[in-house]
Amino acid sequence: MSGDAVRLAAEASSSFLEHLSATRPELLPFGVTPVGGAAALQVPHATTIVALQTASGVLMAGDRRATMGTLIASRSMEKVFPADESSVMGIAGTAGLAVDIVKLFQVELEHYEKIEGTQLSLEGRANRLAAMVRGNLSMAMQGMAVVPLYAGYEPSAPTGRIFSYDVTGGRYEEHEHHSVGSGSTFARGALKKLWRPGLEEGDAVRVAVEALYDAADDDSATGGPDPVRQLWPVIYVVDDGGSRRVSEDVVKEAAAAVVAGRSAQSREA
Amino acid sequence: MSQQFYVSPEQIMKDRADFARKGIARGRSVVVLSCAAGIALVAENPSSSLHKIGEIYDRIAFAAVGKYNEFESLRQAGVRYADVRGFSYDRSDVTARGLASVYAQSLGTVFTAEQKPFEVELAVAEVGRTQDEDHIFRLTFDGSIADERHFVAMGGRADKVTAALEEGWRDGLGLGEALRLATRALVASRPAPGNGASAGDGEAPASEAAQPAEAFALEAAVLDREPGRWRSKRRAFRRLDAARLKELLQE
Repeated sequence: MSGDAVRLAAEASSSFLEHLSATRPELLPFGVTPVGGAAALQVPHATTIVALQTASGVLMAGDRRATMGTLIASRSMEKVFPADESSVMGIAGTAGLAVDIVKLFQVELEHYEKIEGTQLSLEGRANRLAAMVRGNLSMAMQGMAVVPLYAGYEPSAPTGRIFSYDVTGGRYEEHEHHSVGSGSTFARGALKKLWRPGLEEGDAVRVAVEALYDAADDDSATGGPDPVRQLWPVIYVVDDGGSRRVSEDVVKEAAAAVVAGRSAQSREA
Repeated sequence: MSQQFYVSPEQIMKDRADFARKGIARGRSVVVLSCAAGIALVAENPSSSLHKIGEIYDRIAFAAVGKYNEFESLRQAGVRYADVRGFSYDRSDVTARGLASVYAQSLGTVFTAEQKPFEVELAVAEVGRTQDEDHIFRLTFDGSIADERHFVAMGGRADKVTAALEEGWRDGLGLGEALRLATRALVASRPAPGNGASAGDGEAPASEAAQPAEAFALEAAVLDREPGRWRSKRRAFRRLDAARLKELLQE
């Protein structure tokens, strides 16, 4: 560390990713370049995430299933995480890499905050995540893509903002709502019909649960509400007070209401 | 070629130590003390942006006196060390003891090997679940490390601050009481008006000395014993802004 301490200040970086790449590249989630094709490699995949703007900010929800080929790898996986105190991220794609990228991104934001003494702007945070997704490009070429969805509260607007990414690190701002993962086509269809401007938190939770229900209905890799194991989607909301997880009881109630509503109609879909 | 005179190693070390000590004594004091609510860190600091107190990790904070550029680079190195360690092992594996020993090695190396020693003194504090589990390490310019009990005062006229703290410290102090004690101790160490620091080497003009406690610029932070009450859950470090500090001092 003495070398670190006497290093020129201009060389020192506020980015944990840059520091790790320079000193301990083997610790990076994408530090290992796979040899040969990964076509035969069976690894768990995380699936559907939805995000939508609400009256006070933004909400993100994810189902709990991870699949490995045609098998269910996990029924209780959590894919939505707080990135810092005022933003959240959800992940779809190769679960092992994605969870590590979440961890790296969380440290990246905290590291910047500690070194600089201020928080990174929401735009800046979204760009840092793009850099990480791009870092994973060589893995994505081998079939191990990670596709995050990022959402945070923008105090200057003031509103919630949603960012989506492609495997090359392209960053796109989404308006109103967005979904990623294998069930996203169905979830997006549901969101188009259910979302409306100025959703209150309770209604937004219901909309998110319903969109995930539709995704699970048609996509085998997305899990629906599981009353047997008492597993419900993981939902986070972000507003001017910061990010917080919506309590299990609230989500359970919303899931029960969705299922009851669908059963009452006793129709095919 | 110029003639090299023999200087004994003892003399070299003594000269270096004297040089560092002088630099550290010129600055203003910092106090770190354990209390019921956590660990309070208080520094006399006229700047509101060049901090002497900083967050290192979940339950670990850093306080320093001396040359800003030197202790700031050490603080940043500490944050990097802690973040890499926490990332590669687990967050619970980052400890003040580990960090303090890395600092001790760095300071020791610089003291003997570099052109000039660091003119800094550091404290690394880790808040525990109970007051008995609190750790406060003091690190001096030559890499000496001391495990302090209850409180530590560094820089400026540290002996006077320590004396004032010894008098007032007891187990289970409230946060407000601890901050008041720290402020009292810092005030007590200030030179009386008229015989202040001699021109050139004192940061504080003598006329400032007579001002009451709340008038001189304080930088304060606390390592909260129960960070779970806050949104981030893990990070115990809270900087106390001027309004909050005033409120606590008057509590």
